[in-house]
Amino acid sequence: MLAISAGGGLVWAVWVIAGFACIASGIAVVSFTNPFYSALALIGNLGSLAVLYLLLSAEFVAAAQVLVYAGAVMVMFLFVIAYVGPRHETPWVDGPSWQTVGAVLAAASIFVEIIVVIGLKAGGRLHHSEHVNATFGSPGWIGRLFLTDHLLAFEITSIVLLIAAVGGVILGSHTRRRETA
Amino acid sequence: MLLGPGVAWYLGIAAFLFGTGALGVLVRRNPLIVLLSLEIMLNGANLALIAFSRHAGNGAGQIFALAVMAVAAAEVCVGIGLVVALHRRRLSMDVDTLSELHG
Repeated sequence: MLAISAGGGLVWAVWVIAGFACIASGIAVVSFTNPFYSALALIGNLGSLAVLYLLLSAEFVAAAQVLVYAGAVMVMFLFVIAYVGPRHETPWVDGPSWQTVGAVLAAASIFVEIIVVIGLKAGGRLHHSEHVNATFGSPGWIGRLFLTDHLLAFEITSIVLLIAAVGGVILGSHTRRRETA
Repeated sequence: MLLGPGVAWYLGIAAFLFGTGALGVLVRRNPLIVLLSLEIMLNGANLALIAFSRHAGNGAGQIFALAVMAVAAAEVCVGIGLVVALHRRRLSMDVDTLSELHG
């Protein structure tokens, strides 16, 4: 019992650190003027989210998050930002415009709405989580689910990625033809 | 059982991330930062999916989160292609001025 409470305290500590890093880096992404710093802050956000996934015993998703997002996608982002060149944009200097005020109100209302709906509809049922065994979230378990229950989703995902790759190639080649003409 | 904070705490962080991303999408004008804010919104939804998956002891939420990751990779592929195309045509990097889609 003592070991469980000590483990709970440790999980709380990790949760507080990861959650704070997550929220702070999310705010940093939105508020930095240089897109390069925003992308670096998003890498921190993705890393702290992977820690939260680990606390929720989603090991494979956490590993995929670090590999796919923080690895591949963000490196592509950084390459493109370096290619386009950093453009400083100062969104908050010339006083709050009505657009900014409306956007802050809209975002805050989305946040409050989600919290209120969760509190009203699911608040009482969220206290007792199901017991899961050690294989929950492991790569083998995910792979078995993907190839049995969710085979259609798995195949459709591959088609989505293929169409996106074709779209990226078409966007690139179209502009190149226009430039030479 | 779930050690440490309950699922509701994770959902709070997910809601905050979604709100932050929505704010970035609405306020920022650089298309690259709009894409980054979209990633934050998708990650907030992913965190909620994984928290509910753990709560229910059901793997469908994690499968859905992995599908969301694939869709996010596809979205980044097309979005970055658009940004590079804008840069090659010497168009302004401001989503407020890019209001016409005809080429």
